[in-house]
Amino acid sequence: MAVAESEFPLVSRRRRRLSGRRVASALAPYALLAPAAAIIGAVLGYPLYLLVRLSFEKYGLFELVRHHGTWVGLGNYRKIFHDSQFWHVVLRTVVFTAVNVTLTMVLGTAIALLIARLGRFMRLLLTTALVLVWATPVVVAVNIWRWMVDYEFGVANWTLTKLHFGNFVHHDWFASSLSGFGVITAVIVWGAIPFVAITVYAGLSQVPQELIEAAQIDGARAWNVFREVTLPLLKPIFIILASLSIIWDFQVFNQVWIMLGERPSPDYYLMSIYAFVESFRINEYGLGSAIAVVMVAMMMVATLVYIRQMVKTGEVR
Amino acid sequence: MSSVAPIAPVPVAPTTARPAAVARRRLRRGHVARRVGINLLGLAVFTVMIFPVYWMVATAFKPGRNIQDYKPHWFPAPATLSNFTNAVHRPYFWTDVKNSLIIVSFVVVLSLTVAFLAALALSRFRFYGRTAFIFLILGTLMVPLAALIIPLYITLSRVHLINTLTGVIAMYMTFVLPFSVWTLQGFMRGVPRELEEAAMVDGSTRFGAFVRILLPLVAPGLVATSIFAFIQAWNEFIIAYVFLHDGSKQTITVWLASFTNLHGTDWGPLMAGATLTALPVVVFFVLIQRRIAFGLTAGAVRG
Repeated sequence: MAVAESEFPLVSRRRRRLSGRRVASALAPYALLAPAAAIIGAVLGYPLYLLVRLSFEKYGLFELVRHHGTWVGLGNYRKIFHDSQFWHVVLRTVVFTAVNVTLTMVLGTAIALLIARLGRFMRLLLTTALVLVWATPVVVAVNIWRWMVDYEFGVANWTLTKLHFGNFVHHDWFASSLSGFGVITAVIVWGAIPFVAITVYAGLSQVPQELIEAAQIDGARAWNVFREVTLPLLKPIFIILASLSIIWDFQVFNQVWIMLGERPSPDYYLMSIYAFVESFRINEYGLGSAIAVVMVAMMMVATLVYIRQMVKTGEVR
Repeated sequence: MSSVAPIAPVPVAPTTARPAAVARRRLRRGHVARRVGINLLGLAVFTVMIFPVYWMVATAFKPGRNIQDYKPHWFPAPATLSNFTNAVHRPYFWTDVKNSLIIVSFVVVLSLTVAFLAALALSRFRFYGRTAFIFLILGTLMVPLAALIIPLYITLSRVHLINTLTGVIAMYMTFVLPFSVWTLQGFMRGVPRELEEAAMVDGSTRFGAFVRILLPLVAPGLVATSIFAFIQAWNEFIIAYVFLHDGSKQTITVWLASFTNLHGTDWGPLMAGATLTALPVVVFFVLIQRRIAFGLTAGAVRG
């Protein structure tokens, strides 16, 4: 009894010391995260909050100088939702994103399948080209394509004329927004293919060869092997690549802006361009913010799909 | 699937040796033709993909009269360096390269230091709010820069940081930092915890185990992440374009826009400038490509 009693405070002292250390190690991760959290809060969190607040305010040049907006409630949203141009831009952005993502995914996957079947030398050659394209900065890529489709001395017009696709002498690709977007899509898809192709190719090399052989012995043709074996196995990769492509293509700005000499006509407005022009050209920061908020809300859907897939594949643990 | 006729050769006992040999030869010939066809297709894809890059470099080395010709000159012969000298001697080239380097160095050092600590917490500790923080990091993807730029402009104009490199450095953190945290924690998770634990059992302190075991093993990941952060910051356009007004304060990507004026574009010098802008990125990118390629998708397929 006496022994037990004398032991009691000792145990509790040890426990107290232990828990003190436990508190320290429980706080350690928060201390390590604090700087990152603070910076993200300051440069992302606060601006996001401000973006939402601005979308409820009238904020023009006068307010910019005064550093203070005027609350207008849902006024900005009412304005854009009743603006037919806004809906045109939304529709154009959605179609533009869909076309770019589809082309990127289909061509990227096709090239990945091609790489897997190439001889060693051609494979090295093609992967090197893909890496070079991947490394090309967007601003540089846009300028290269702008030069290739130049109406006077562009290599595209000469080649297309020589190949008898019609008379492209002094053809202006940006006269019609459809062919203009064609060029912009070419830049984007060309630049995005490497990431998709190389990632899918890496995924392909992880598909167990026995599964494919088994399907072939069962008599499956190449297309069926792809559809029944490869595709289901690579589904997680495809979902992640597709949602990343949606996220990137939906917010395209530089390609349009630089391609059209920093003065795109309204036919070329995508949501990002529209929000930018409303804010920085027309100085209606409130209206621009409302457009941007709608854009962020639409992006959220694609991001959620991406995050969900990352959780499923165990990347978020 | 059962309706599909079997295409794989079914092993049938050959009646004589000759037909079997012929069949085998025919099969091999078909195989060779297929392989040649596939490799030719590969060559075609290679040509299409590489051509724009080739065309930039080729144009950069061509004399003006060969650039401004309706009929394209496929090879830069005769070659000249005059486009490069022209580009380099344009106003603000060196100043803007310097600005880019200053911005990029600050962004890389700052974001890597902070991201390293955060990645350490995410990969080595389990704690309340960890998953939430990871979601936050991935969620930053959904914020387009073109949207963020409006409130950033308003904020920076309040604190008078428009037209300063400091403001741009702060804004580059918006996309470089989350990316660095995510990539680094991926690299750190690749280093088994057991190694550090073994060192600690052998009498090393937690810090000692960290310095001697984790740091060397994660060093390649640190290098790769810094290079990728470098590339992201070097390539950025819209923020620098909006926030830096003076020619002497701009970055190299904005400088590239100065080749186009109302009279048209100076293609030769522009392509030379573009080549110079792309060069450091390409060199770095080729160095790290293998490591970083799967940062955003890693582990999505486990065979």
